Amino acid sequence: MRIRIDPVACEAYGYCAELLPEAISLDEWGYPIVDDRPLDSELMALAKRAVRDCPKRAITLLDKTSG
Amino acid sequence: MNSTSLWYATRASGIVALILLTLTMVLGLVTTTRPRARNWPGFAQQEIHRRISIMAVVFVAIHVFTSILDTYVHIGWLAVVVPFASPYSRFWVGLGTIALDLMVAVFVSSLLRAHLKPGTWRAIHWLAYASWPVALIHTFGMGTDSREHWVIALGALCVLAVGLSLAWRVRAAAKRRASVPTTANHLVPLNPHVTTARTRGPL
Amino acid sequence: MTQANPVQALDDVHRLLGHPSDLRGHLNAHGPLNVPLGRNGSWQQDLVTSLEASGLNGRGGSAFPTSIKLALARSAGRGGSVVVNAMEGEPASDKDTLLLIRTPHLVLDGAQYLGALCHAARIVVCIPIGRDPVATAVNQAILERARNCYAPVREEIVRPPGRFLAGEESALTNWIESARPLPVFRPDKGAPLRLGGRPALVHNAETLAHIALIARHGAGPFRARGMTEEPGTSLVTISGDVKYPGVVEIDRGTPLWDIATRSQPVASVQALLVGGYGGTWVGPGHFGTPYAPIALRTIGAAAGAGVIAVLGETSCGLAESARIARYLAGQGAGQCGPCVYGLPAIADDMARLARGEGSGEDIVRLHRRLDQVNGRGACRHPDGAVNLVRSALAIFAGDVAAHGQGHPCRHWRKPTSLRFPRTVGL
Repeated sequence: MRIRIDPVACEAYGYCAELLPEAISLDEWGYPIVDDRPLDSELMALAKRAVRDCPKRAITLLDKTSG
Repeated sequence: MNSTSLWYATRASGIVALILLTLTMVLGLVTTTRPRARNWPGFAQQEIHRRISIMAVVFVAIHVFTSILDTYVHIGWLAVVVPFASPYSRFWVGLGTIALDLMVAVFVSSLLRAHLKPGTWRAIHWLAYASWPVALIHTFGMGTDSREHWVIALGALCVLAVGLSLAWRVRAAAKRRASVPTTANHLVPLNPHVTTARTRGPL
Repeated sequence: MTQANPVQALDDVHRLLGHPSDLRGHLNAHGPLNVPLGRNGSWQQDLVTSLEASGLNGRGGSAFPTSIKLALARSAGRGGSVVVNAMEGEPASDKDTLLLIRTPHLVLDGAQYLGALCHAARIVVCIPIGRDPVATAVNQAILERARNCYAPVREEIVRPPGRFLAGEESALTNWIESARPLPVFRPDKGAPLRLGGRPALVHNAETLAHIALIARHGAGPFRARGMTEEPGTSLVTISGDVKYPGVVEIDRGTPLWDIATRSQPVASVQALLVGGYGGTWVGPGHFGTPYAPIALRTIGAAAGAGVIAVLGETSCGLAESARIARYLAGQGAGQCGPCVYGLPAIADDMARLARGEGSGEDIVRLHRRLDQVNGRGACRHPDGAVNLVRSALAIFAGDVAAHGQGHPCRHWRKPTSLRFPRTVGL
């Protein structure tokens, strides 16, 4: 599973980086930088929460095979 | 359940609902994007905003049901959704109905958020800016407790809280807009160059 | 590899440039359009085969194989549009402008051939506001074709705003659909673009001209020029510290230096900017590199929009790069945070460096910002800016060291040799 962020929709609320610091960090302007490694299964619940909580629906989860 | 206890329940739940709605507004307004450094988790604030809004809806429901069930004055079930349909205190109850209708729209649209276009959801959510002041005016217009000092003080606090939050939000948005870089060309000397004739042929 | 022949006979019918611009002259030179009406399956197959055999790839900067792009569009349905991309947002590029003023019929014919292959309903020629001579020439050509009932598919002109990004494929279709010249986030580049629910095939004007020649004369003449792996010719715009800036048609595979000298550099050349303002600086050690995508890739460059800018010894590479960075920072679509904030920050850093006000920490921070901004936009605009700045820091490393210690060269104040338009508002 990989994380994909739509850079046009993203407005740097930063909730995804708060929920998933293991995979998402913020650049100096507050925008998310995603670690491209596939997600650990323990982090899946948090990742789904990040997807749900993004006010701009900018973050989605992708199958490793797609995208 | 006699009329008096229903009446107290209506009044009490109404006051509590107003407080919860005010808190919901404050928590929704005081959010930042591109935070320099945030001392508290934004996702948690958003979650608390949601949960308090649910509690507000519950207390509004209690407020509405007890007011209908109380037969001392006749309000009628229709007035729950149709404004100004109540024989008793038509205008002020009507305001309450409007506030309720707007609240329900905001609430339902948030439940269905994943299925709505972001612009649609946002537009409906902005109805909250109308719902809260109408609820406040309904509270004081109904008059039951609105001469009590503590109720007046509470009302003033609610207005102050939302007013300050709104001012903060407007200022934060202006600051954010101002921080978007303009890309003036003056930092490094640039020819006031206009491109020359474009029809140069092959060499 | 065929030897690049810089001198081309004027009556070589397979050249892109040098033909008459009116319809009669065009037909005399190339013969009739020959798109059969009605059932034309075998004609279509022949043309598709020719295009595949030619090895033509996009001349607008993507270098994407034309036959693959065509196959994707054809499988996406009928009744779509062929979009002629004449936006030429790259300030240092003139080739599409010249081509459309000199030989509009060749470009329009290319679009007609693709239109026949895709069963398109219309051909949309995109000419930016600010390039009125081009619009006049193309309009005249379209009217001439209509009067002579020459064009099977309807041809029309639209005038998007002349911003740098408005010529990006998805920004162009987005503007046509919704008047917003903003690139669209397309993680799946294979999916064809759509206009009004139907497929849209967007091609650079020069690519279409090549298609028209291949359709008329076959893949043979195209493959006879250039290299086996990179066949055909390309139009290149040369600018900078040269006596005769302009557009030249060269065989693919011609060494960069041979192209640059056509314009007669005015001083000893310290670097060449290849591809455009999102392109790469190339140092003297690589001036012999053949002008062909594969060869350029090995030195980290790309043909891009067919631009070569010449930097002489009397110019400051850092200052010119700082100006480019500033220009690019102002030309973003404003949609993505890393580009909106990152590019101006990078431009600021470069400007300070050019003025000799930077320090070692500034340079470290600049590199960090370049890493952060790269690849984090919806389109490749920030990537281009990052590429340009990174190549500047590498090629002009000596200057970086000197400027970074407060000793800038005396040339940074000199007026720019590069071309920047007055910014055209949206």
